[in-house]
Amino acid sequence: MSAAAKLPRWAELVLLPLVNLTVALLLSGLIVLLLGESPWTAFKLMLSGSLGSQEGIGYTLYYATNFVFTGLAVAVAFHAGLFNIGAEGQAYVGGLGTGLVALWLGNAPALVVLPLAILAGALFGAAWAFLPAWLQARRGSHIVITTIMFNFIAAALMTYLLVNVLIKPGQQSPETREFGANAFMPAVHELLAKIGVTFAGTPFNLAFGLALIAAALVWVFIWHTRWGFALRVSGENATAAVYAGIVPSKIIVGAMLLSGALAGCLGLNELLGAQHRILIDFTGGAGFVGIAVSLMGRNHPVGIVVAAILFGALYQGGSQLAFDLPKINRDMVVVIQGLVILLCGAMENVFRAPLTKVFVIFRRESAAK
Amino acid sequence: METYTLIVLLLAATIRVATPLLLAALAGMFSERSGVIDLGLEGKMLGAAFASAAVSAISGSAWLGLGAGIATAVLLALVIGFACITHRGNQVVAGTAVTIMVVGLGPTLALAWFNLGGHTPQLDGPGQRFVGLVWPWAQPAREHPLPGLLYAELLSGHNLIVYLAAALVPLSAWVLYRTRFGLRLRAVGENPHAVETAGISVNALRYRALIISGVLCGIAGTYLSTAASSGFVRDMTAGKGYLALAALIFGKWRPWPTLGACLLFAFTDALAVRLQGVALPVVGVIPVQFILALPYVLTVLLLAGFVGRAVAPHAIGVPYAKEK
Repeated sequence: MSAAAKLPRWAELVLLPLVNLTVALLLSGLIVLLLGESPWTAFKLMLSGSLGSQEGIGYTLYYATNFVFTGLAVAVAFHAGLFNIGAEGQAYVGGLGTGLVALWLGNAPALVVLPLAILAGALFGAAWAFLPAWLQARRGSHIVITTIMFNFIAAALMTYLLVNVLIKPGQQSPETREFGANAFMPAVHELLAKIGVTFAGTPFNLAFGLALIAAALVWVFIWHTRWGFALRVSGENATAAVYAGIVPSKIIVGAMLLSGALAGCLGLNELLGAQHRILIDFTGGAGFVGIAVSLMGRNHPVGIVVAAILFGALYQGGSQLAFDLPKINRDMVVVIQGLVILLCGAMENVFRAPLTKVFVIFRRESAAK
Repeated sequence: METYTLIVLLLAATIRVATPLLLAALAGMFSERSGVIDLGLEGKMLGAAFASAAVSAISGSAWLGLGAGIATAVLLALVIGFACITHRGNQVVAGTAVTIMVVGLGPTLALAWFNLGGHTPQLDGPGQRFVGLVWPWAQPAREHPLPGLLYAELLSGHNLIVYLAAALVPLSAWVLYRTRFGLRLRAVGENPHAVETAGISVNALRYRALIISGVLCGIAGTYLSTAASSGFVRDMTAGKGYLALAALIFGKWRPWPTLGACLLFAFTDALAVRLQGVALPVVGVIPVQFILALPYVLTVLLLAGFVGRAVAPHAIGVPYAKEK
């Protein structure tokens, strides 16, 4: 491919993801057609279910919060040239940290317990990312494989802890007792009620604000600090980084600790904000959605927030779909998610070449005039 | 005597658990040796499990099911190939995406076609499943425990796919190390530029490797839904594709050591089932989760170089761009 033919920046950042997304949705529509339902009806249902009501918007943003955290986690690692496929496990273990603090200090003042819970979530998440990072940095163990393995190890560990240690005595399902009320992340509808605004009751909570703050901090860190610069250089060209005096192993470990910490914050939304207890599989695949969110958002915090809201809408709209159309269940959301990851993440080159050609023709024509 | 019987039964269970692992690990061996990371093993297997159970339920033939399973897995492999080989997309993302898509697609199609809440009908008609083949004199041989029980439980009584998987190990080793295709396949995973220089198409070789991977995953998936159980249920691969990947790494991308790793991992799995809630001398009850996590821990240790060293094919994960 010649270097001269390149897409303009806006097309690379906005148009190409939109084209990919549209193709993914068209393919999803084809599957819906195959199932014997009307794709247009399905699309309208998803749109109205996710963005057409206060309740829909609340749920959309609640789901989006998880995806912002995991999306940022994947993106930070990406910038350092690392593929963190273990956000799922880091979020799971991070939630353990958050949950333990909430169980322990649930009746302490909220201003004490909430910051500690955030800190614990980030610490536990970072700790779970540390070993794969260290092994990549020092022993050259492929981080994609080790993080996958750590996802399974995390799942086994959490099942063990929930079944044998943390389970609320006298019940069957493996989950802890409810946190003390002070450890609840305040819900947005409750806060709005205090200032006299009524909003439908949803799990949408303050963790969304924390996610936005995290996105802003990541932006500052990656593009406006020395450390972030070193991280990007290392990700772009590891050899050049070494000549510039950057120590690769420090970057690898540092980036992965930050990535794990971000993933570990998922529990703030899911556990403190919604479930109010630790339970099996509360991450629900958000770590993998984070890969899609990061790819679609071009690893930029603004893009990630937009992509996360889009995926949130997809989740919420999908449940509406499963509710209203008898031939479709919630699994359809997973299909669409897979198609979006495939088209936006792995097949983006498919449409890049034709798009570039179109732009080249346009440029020639405008040059001829 | 009772311990002996227990051990034999444990080993027989090991063989049953190892079969899909082995097939998937060999599948991964072909694609990874050609330089393509195969994170789609799980998805290809799951897709095949659904297709074979669905077709077997409709047609009444396990063989047609097997065909459908293989066709589905090959199709998914070609999707990955189209993204990663033709368009040089990210291999990790492509494999993960295909897996996620299939995780949703299986239950979705099952619900729409069979209306049974996301699984396929029970396969209980004649010829709908691959059933155990009892070897001659297996029944009377049980009377004589020492060689007889071994014969009856370990050699006899498995279904066709188990024997096929066992035969595929030497066959894969032969293809990989003794044929021209195998030599080229190994070369393309180490140094694709050198292969291209010799006038051989890198992309064609990698596509062929992915198709082989699809065929083997197709057999593995068919085993899960139409031999080991009787029908497709949601998430029935349950991470076996990733466990197979771990076994492949543990076997250092070689056929015979991979067989060993699969047997080891399958043994821990079978052991975990047996040890559930059993108090052992000295250590007491070992939590079943610890045993189940063991293969992953071992693989990490191996990757870290603490127990041996696993060196991946050199060009793995790097899309190949032909020089112009």
